[in-house]
Amino acid sequence: MFLPFNSRIIHCGAACLLVWLTGAGFSVPLAADEAVDFNRDIRPLLSDRCFKCHGPDAEAREAELRFDQVSGKQSPFFQRGGTAVIVPGDLEKSTLWERLITEDPDLRMPPPDSKKPPLNKAEKELFKKWIQGGARFDAHWSFVTPQRSEPVDHPDARWNGGEIDRLVGARLQQEKLSPQPRADRRTLLRRLSLDLVGLPPTPAEIRQFLEDREPGAYKRQVDRLLARRGYGEHMARYWLDLVRFADTNGIHHDHFREVTPYRDWVIDSFNQNLRFDKFIEYQIAGDLFPKPTTEQLVASGFNRLHLVIDRGTALPEESFHRNVVDRVTAFGTVFLGLTVQCAQCHEHKYDPISQKDFYGLYAFFNNIDAAPETPGRNRHAPFLAVPTPDQVAEIEKETRQISTLETRIAKLEQKQKQAAPKPLDKKTQENDPAAAGKLPAVPEELETVRKELATARKRLEAIRKAAPTTLIMKERKQVRETRIRIRGVYDQLGEKVERQTPGFLPPLQQRGEVPDRMDLARWVTDPGNPLTARVAVNRIWQQFFGVGLVKTSEDFGAQGERPSHVDLLDNLSLRFVESGWNVKQLVREMVLSETYRQSSVATPAAFQADIENRLLARGSRFRLDAETIRDQILLVSGQLNREMYGRSVKPPQPPNLWKSVSMVSSSTYAFKADTGDKIRRRSLYSFWKRAMPPPQMTLFDAPTRESCIARRERTNTPLQALVLMNEEQYFAAAKQLAITVMRNLADDRKRIDHLYESLTAQLPDDNERMLLLKGLNDLKESYRSNATLRDEVTAGLQLGQLPGEEVAAYTLLINSLFNLDITKTRN
Amino acid sequence: MNQPFFETLANRRLFLNRAGMGLGAAVLGNLAANHAAASPAANGLVKRDELPHFAPRAKRVIFLFMAGAPSQLDLFDYKPGLAEKFKQQLPAEVSGGQRVTAMTRGRTQLVQPTKFKFSQQGQNGIWMSELLPHLSTVVDEICQIRSMHTDAINHDPGKTLVCTGSEIPGKPSLGAWLSYGLGSMNRNLPDFIVLNSAVWSGDKRNVQALYKRLWGTGFLPSRHQGVMLQSSGDPVLFLSNPKGVDRKTRSRMLDLATRLNQKHAAEIGDPEIQTTIAQQEMAFRMQASVPELTDLGRESKKTLELYGPEVTRTGTFARNCLLARRMVERDVRYIQVYHRGWDHHANLPPKMKGQCYDIDQPAAALIKDLKQRDLLKDTLVVFGGEFGRTVYCQGNPTREDYGRDHHPRCFTAWMAGGGIRGGMVHGQTDPYSYNIVDKDGRITTRFEDDAVHVRDLNATILHQLGIDHNRMTFPFQGLDQRMTGVKEAHVVKKILA
Repeated sequence: MFLPFNSRIIHCGAACLLVWLTGAGFSVPLAADEAVDFNRDIRPLLSDRCFKCHGPDAEAREAELRFDQVSGKQSPFFQRGGTAVIVPGDLEKSTLWERLITEDPDLRMPPPDSKKPPLNKAEKELFKKWIQGGARFDAHWSFVTPQRSEPVDHPDARWNGGEIDRLVGARLQQEKLSPQPRADRRTLLRRLSLDLVGLPPTPAEIRQFLEDREPGAYKRQVDRLLARRGYGEHMARYWLDLVRFADTNGIHHDHFREVTPYRDWVIDSFNQNLRFDKFIEYQIAGDLFPKPTTEQLVASGFNRLHLVIDRGTALPEESFHRNVVDRVTAFGTVFLGLTVQCAQCHEHKYDPISQKDFYGLYAFFNNIDAAPETPGRNRHAPFLAVPTPDQVAEIEKETRQISTLETRIAKLEQKQKQAAPKPLDKKTQENDPAAAGKLPAVPEELETVRKELATARKRLEAIRKAAPTTLIMKERKQVRETRIRIRGVYDQLGEKVERQTPGFLPPLQQRGEVPDRMDLARWVTDPGNPLTARVAVNRIWQQFFGVGLVKTSEDFGAQGERPSHVDLLDNLSLRFVESGWNVKQLVREMVLSETYRQSSVATPAAFQADIENRLLARGSRFRLDAETIRDQILLVSGQLNREMYGRSVKPPQPPNLWKSVSMVSSSTYAFKADTGDKIRRRSLYSFWKRAMPPPQMTLFDAPTRESCIARRERTNTPLQALVLMNEEQYFAAAKQLAITVMRNLADDRKRIDHLYESLTAQLPDDNERMLLLKGLNDLKESYRSNATLRDEVTAGLQLGQLPGEEVAAYTLLINSLFNLDITKTRN
Repeated sequence: MNQPFFETLANRRLFLNRAGMGLGAAVLGNLAANHAAASPAANGLVKRDELPHFAPRAKRVIFLFMAGAPSQLDLFDYKPGLAEKFKQQLPAEVSGGQRVTAMTRGRTQLVQPTKFKFSQQGQNGIWMSELLPHLSTVVDEICQIRSMHTDAINHDPGKTLVCTGSEIPGKPSLGAWLSYGLGSMNRNLPDFIVLNSAVWSGDKRNVQALYKRLWGTGFLPSRHQGVMLQSSGDPVLFLSNPKGVDRKTRSRMLDLATRLNQKHAAEIGDPEIQTTIAQQEMAFRMQASVPELTDLGRESKKTLELYGPEVTRTGTFARNCLLARRMVERDVRYIQVYHRGWDHHANLPPKMKGQCYDIDQPAAALIKDLKQRDLLKDTLVVFGGEFGRTVYCQGNPTREDYGRDHHPRCFTAWMAGGGIRGGMVHGQTDPYSYNIVDKDGRITTRFEDDAVHVRDLNATILHQLGIDHNRMTFPFQGLDQRMTGVKEAHVVKKILA
């Protein structure tokens, strides 16, 4: 097994591991007497400025020098003509130092033509201290197994409860910061509801929570929410971004394809709290279980979620290669947080992933028993029909019916046979062919039942055909040979490669002669794999705190960002595995922490000092995702259709968007909105055309689902303001809510309180109430003086006794509330 | 005194006059401060400090993208010798193991000359096809690059490469890079606008798809994405107020939202709330500025005539060219106009005629119009598709009717204005327009021999805007990502004025 820097690791053992474990995290200027930490201070500089020419990539390597290894002829410690690039403890003898500080542009490192910026003063100082202090190399933090650390006690007893608080608290003390007090209960409930089920609490739920004054009320609320079906729907959404789940192929014709049973399986897995290691195994290798269940097969569709072209224009060999690369890329990002795809053309420039390693992984994923391109609009085998529960019931019913009919027919036929006269002898038959037909007439009943049977069979066939199908993985019997693609070109074949995992990670345990995807899946979920649990825990953390402990949740390699709290990520990861990869338990621990429950109010200076709240000295505050914004509006207006699962739905969108980008012969050329209740489902059920996803979603940073996205951008744009002001469904929701609130509540004050509470979980204070009442009156006045506008707002509404100008005014008031920052933000 | 301030904002002068009075004014004061300090990056007005790297020659770019890949052989790259080679087998030393698409793989490759006449135009006698009579009148403004080449042989990766610098989806588009790097020049319109021609005369059945990623932001913050103007409905999605909401009601509604947002900003302390307020203000201004932009009512009859008869129909290329000029006047940084329907595998001549009818007069008009308004000098116009077409015929060749397959080895693009030398041709191809060749006729793909890769074209566009393509980077997935990708790219200095 090859471990970069392994010799040093072995030499210094546990003691040096402790150094990086207690390292302070992301870049904070070093205090004068503070020790240099290799992983925190030096490795990022080596990686960014030096590895490109002096790193893992042999082809790019200059001067036979590499900083990613500490032994061998190319290591910086190797004696070259009486000197070495680095002589530990001796600055003067280390040529590295000389090359860093020289003014001569021909000698200075990094050289000007490398396009890498030279080291600044502080960075040079770090190198100086590091060399003087012995130039110790430690392995990259995420490539070695997590180490447990004992959190120290916190002076504030409230912050002494769990590991999260003790470790975050210790860090805050170190930074001389104090945490914020707990958020008020209304804020907390809204935060919790949005984070756990993706929907705000209703006024009734708020009431229930506020009235529960017994100890443990918050805990009980957490458990109530975790038990709701919306939890799985909400958790699934993040996963679907990560695996680039969509309803179209994404290339060329961008035809429709069906994989929705996979989406439903993800929802169920979170709701049933399927062990996360199983969740991973089913997806990588569900098809390779001896007798795979439907769920396992559906999950294996993970391997089919890549972009895929339809037959006819591309070269099938090239398409095949692209599919496999996409599959391997997803595998690396989703499970390992590694950018393995960087090694498809050459050795990885920063991480110890060779091109051979990439094709070693490729060899696990290129043995699919499927055509590389889709047969036009038709389903792309292998696929599996997955009837909905209703359809299953219907199928059972029809099958029973068929079997009953068959029995009846058998009995009738028996009867008929017995009743029939003895067959004529052969001679008579030959002489008198007409006599052969002289069997007794088929009884009418038999005829009827046979017809019934035929109809029943047709019905069964129709139900089966209507059942959703999903793409699944299937292994070819004979293992395909894998060769390196020189420079990543699909037909430039190089050296033959066997299935293998990168050497810097623990070795693969294979069950048979040739390792298969199941072995690979188990290698991923082996507790000894240093990446899997960390990557998963980090992404879940990111959901609840806005930013991951490792901000670059898609990249845990050398160029990724170091964790803000290494110790916390390690402890959580270790316990996650020990808990049996229990996701709900992990989520529960996070939201029960004091860290999570802090108020997100702070001074502007505190916001400026830590804009992303990496130190967690306050509660996190961030804009809701596109789906949550829409679901909230539908829920609050009483319109949300809570139906789960099934085919994707098409809520209305502006005209001609699909046409404006599609090929005429695409099956997703013309968009036709669904009608009725379907358009008010939760947004995770919305149809996702990769070339043109719903604009209400993408304008709020939902990805196109063309590549694996581990974290979304959160922007704030004028186009978003336009959506919240004018979007058809959102405006209709405002009208609906206006009518409901006017019917149910008598006076403006109560109505305003109710509306404000529904959208923000807060009651307006006197000042806010005054502003809202005044705004309402201004709007009433506008609509009273302009009957045309009033009638345009209320056209088609069932107003009953309600005055039109008031309904219109309330509609606009609600429209204002949709545009409040606190409404679209989780505080 | 209680003038709703959004209403006030609708009139800038009024806004200035009233600043300093009442609550609205207090809010406005904060707004102005916000633009300057509180969360400046969030509103996208801010450029990278280090940019531009040097004095730009162009302030804005109009990219006329001919999606589907027009045939260079029938438009620009005149090969008179082909007429007598009709139906002859393409010599092996010319095709030399070229990768072809699944559509023509394994078929014999028979030479197909163009059926269209060419003539020499402009001061330097540059050959142009009879299909482009109007562009022929502006050849002296244009630099033809006949030695373009690309890596892709299929539309989707080809277009993605041109627009984002990579065949693999997920990289930011050029317009997004510019928005990110150079910031915005105006406060009423987006930095990057995409115009898609909704109608075209060429191939209607086999029209290639476009993808949002072509104007997407990849790993850059999504506020830099291109805003596609729609040819039907709202020009900017969700721009219009719903029925029953007029500008005054909208201003009242926003005024209420702003007063509350302002209060919350003071209580919570998060500067992001100020950004929300600023963006609502921008949205309100766009509700006025975008309709003004797309209203051609004030264009003179002469101007409309310049762009040709189709300019009055919404969604035409002609109308989009005129809109592009209006955007340039309003300092939109990057405008990309898509025209589809160029994928002529069969029946190329009639389809080509239709396509050229769509684009020839408007593209020429755009150049003339920019020039007469003195905007051409700092506006770069680029014209091209994702690759070229083959010299050999697809389908059964006749002199009059034929088709051509995809061809990545050479194609023609042109540039005008923005510091580009007009009246010139850069690069050359062999007598079959199959390979780029050097001055001695040897096959080449070297930049030194005037071959211009798509990367080089993009590097040149960036250069004209004052950007060194090597130095404008963004860290993602461990790399300093650049628009031109990891491979070396060059600025085509020979074509600069």
